[in-house]
Amino acid sequence: MKLRTFKKGIHLAEYKEFSHDKKIEQMPLPEQVYIPLQQHIGAPCEPLVKKGDTVKTGQVIGRSSAYVSAPVHASITGVVKAVDKFPHPLGMRVEMVHIERTGDEDDWELLSIPENWEKAPRVELIKLINEAGIVGMGGAAFPTHVKLNPPGDKKIDSFILNGVECEPYLTSDHRLMVEYTDQILAGMNIIMSLLNVENGYIGIEDNKPDAIEMMSKRVKDLGYSFQVVPLEVKYPQGAEKMLIESVLHRKVPAGGLPMDVGVVVNNVATAKAVADAVLEGKPLVERVTTVTGDGIIHPKNLLTRIGTPFNDLVEFCGGVKDETTIVFMGGPMMGQAQYDLSVPVIKAAGGIVCNTSKMITMVEHFPCIRCGACVDACPMYLLPTKLAKLTEHKKYEEAEKLGIQNCIECGSCAFSCPAHIPLVQWLRVGKMRVSELKRKQKAS
Amino acid sequence: MEKNEKTTSDQSAEISKTPQKETPAPKPKKDPRDRLYKPKGRPLTMSSSPYSQTKDNVPKIMWCVSLALTPAVIGAVVFFGWKAVFMISTSILAAMVTELVITRIRRQPDTLDDGSAFLTGLLLALTLPPTFPVSGCVLGSVFAIAIGKQIFGGLGCNIFNPALLGRAFLQASFPVKMTTWVLPRYADMNAYTGATSLDTITGATPLGLLKYEKIFTHIKPLFIGNVGGSLGETSALALLAGGIFLLILRHADWRIPVGFLGSVAVFGGIFWMVDPAIYPSPLFHLLSGGLLLGAFFMATDMVTSPITIKGTWIYSIGAGLILVIIRLFGGLPEGVMYSILLMNGLTPLINRFTRPKFFGEARA
Repeated sequence: MKLRTFKKGIHLAEYKEFSHDKKIEQMPLPEQVYIPLQQHIGAPCEPLVKKGDTVKTGQVIGRSSAYVSAPVHASITGVVKAVDKFPHPLGMRVEMVHIERTGDEDDWELLSIPENWEKAPRVELIKLINEAGIVGMGGAAFPTHVKLNPPGDKKIDSFILNGVECEPYLTSDHRLMVEYTDQILAGMNIIMSLLNVENGYIGIEDNKPDAIEMMSKRVKDLGYSFQVVPLEVKYPQGAEKMLIESVLHRKVPAGGLPMDVGVVVNNVATAKAVADAVLEGKPLVERVTTVTGDGIIHPKNLLTRIGTPFNDLVEFCGGVKDETTIVFMGGPMMGQAQYDLSVPVIKAAGGIVCNTSKMITMVEHFPCIRCGACVDACPMYLLPTKLAKLTEHKKYEEAEKLGIQNCIECGSCAFSCPAHIPLVQWLRVGKMRVSELKRKQKAS
Repeated sequence: MEKNEKTTSDQSAEISKTPQKETPAPKPKKDPRDRLYKPKGRPLTMSSSPYSQTKDNVPKIMWCVSLALTPAVIGAVVFFGWKAVFMISTSILAAMVTELVITRIRRQPDTLDDGSAFLTGLLLALTLPPTFPVSGCVLGSVFAIAIGKQIFGGLGCNIFNPALLGRAFLQASFPVKMTTWVLPRYADMNAYTGATSLDTITGATPLGLLKYEKIFTHIKPLFIGNVGGSLGETSALALLAGGIFLLILRHADWRIPVGFLGSVAVFGGIFWMVDPAIYPSPLFHLLSGGLLLGAFFMATDMVTSPITIKGTWIYSIGAGLILVIIRLFGGLPEGVMYSILLMNGLTPLINRFTRPKFFGEARA
């Protein structure tokens, strides 16, 4: 059988063997948590607690009145020690609520849930999902309730559950699909009924045969009509636009959103969070994070509370080897390097990868020899070498004409460049500058 | 940002050195990030993702192309004797010295180890006639590197293939010397042309024989390389071996030899079908002259060929068309050099007009 896939892209060494067969372990409750008031795309939350307040697990500690936002919750029971700026895994210092655990108790403050969600009004369920603070847990952290409430003129006909996990090293979604299959499917069912769509697809890369088998089996057992779609192992298969092309052969228009072609995509971890919220009233206070890499003594998949410092997770996994030279959150293609492991796990933290110098091949770069490897790799059909050069020479307007804003920053170009030119890094700069330019033009 | 990059390259320099020889432990540097947490007091590398990269690199590509030319070099020695070695090594040496001198003048880091100057010298020598004076090789190499490459800003900035530009310079300066040919050492004239008198054909290339004497050379000697011609272009066997090696390693875009050779076969074949008595067969076109050397090793030069897929096809098919026109109707017997140089010149334009549609772009 020919696997469905998209055009271009790259093939990567997977390095999933470190943790792909490690069962999800529950981390012990952390002593301290640091909960950033912004963990999502959209408006940051205002703190609702102050120093000295006692909080319960699941209590809302920050919210915003803006529509595109998601509240944040305390993830342990304890006392607020500070509301201040602390280092954030995405860089910079961000306002966070620092909570210290008191005693061993874990008092939950649950959301009020309808007795039978199928009979509850749609608006109420979407509000519940918002209240639970659910955001896209694949990495982008877009508030889920916004996705589930598309404008009336967009007709949604399909839903795709994203179980691709195309980044090397990460295995948290993989383990979730194998161990929390029923919850994920229940969440998917809820999302589909909220969107009122009939066609449900589950996209999984072919390197996770146990997940494909498990999901197919439970879909059949539980009588759902979802279709499990095995996909070719290729990066960036899990990027929203690529996944839609692979599964449905539809192309999201340039500058458009998946809803423009009638599709909504959610990550498997998000689906599980939706099920937890709607069926059990649990807000999003924990997630599965892979701690892996060749610098970690015992790679693991951990169920951990949001806000737990990276240090705690790393120590729970036996610590790092002395030769460790780089630690990043997320996968090696789109992740964020960390300089300080006191940063907390956030809602979108799929993994913490600690690598020794053996695993990073960063060498001096050469001049571009115009080999076209980046052009062959770019899944968005851009000319990365040209765009990088235009950015370097500050020709932002021309870069915009050549479609720099379509870049999804997947890093395929920088990976494949034999001259090791930091292409995607230049493109990130270029995108930022073009946006600034546009904002200025709008203002004047 | 700059500081981070510096740290990264420093570290990688250490890493790359270690396998070759044991360097003394690097001096501890003061790093502002030392005060932060890191495993056993070592700073963590900071950089923007991605954190993994392809194992290919520019020097590897250049040296692999040079390596792929080894069969052709062996062929040159077998057919034209030890003078070939002398010419090739002089040419390479001159190219590398020129590169070194000019990078010093430009105050740029040394670029000798990236292998591009070596390759240019080697390619240039392989396109020269075996009788060509060695001093001419030096001149050609100096021109190729200085005017063909460095004047544009060095590797990656040149418009034309430096080796071919060097050859074009020699062709224009020494037209007689550049077209004086000798027969290979083992040539058995009667066996391969069917001509009766050795005198009429002494020292001509198969394409020259065709153009001026209307004599067709047999395919077998063409394939082995036992015919007159430039140092490295005569043996189709050696060039195919090297070319296929390059394609397997993906250090040459397969579309270029396929498009180039394919279009020569098609356009040459059309004329052959019109009148096989005047026009040579497609197979003769493919195996004679410098076509294989050009198609596998010169047209595939990444710097001077288009970056888009559509553009690559236009480039390679265009080169084939120009070649057939020059060979059949031009004043010269051979046209590989000019066909590639012409398409090199068109490459920026081709790149501009063959930009692929963005993903999901609506364009009429």
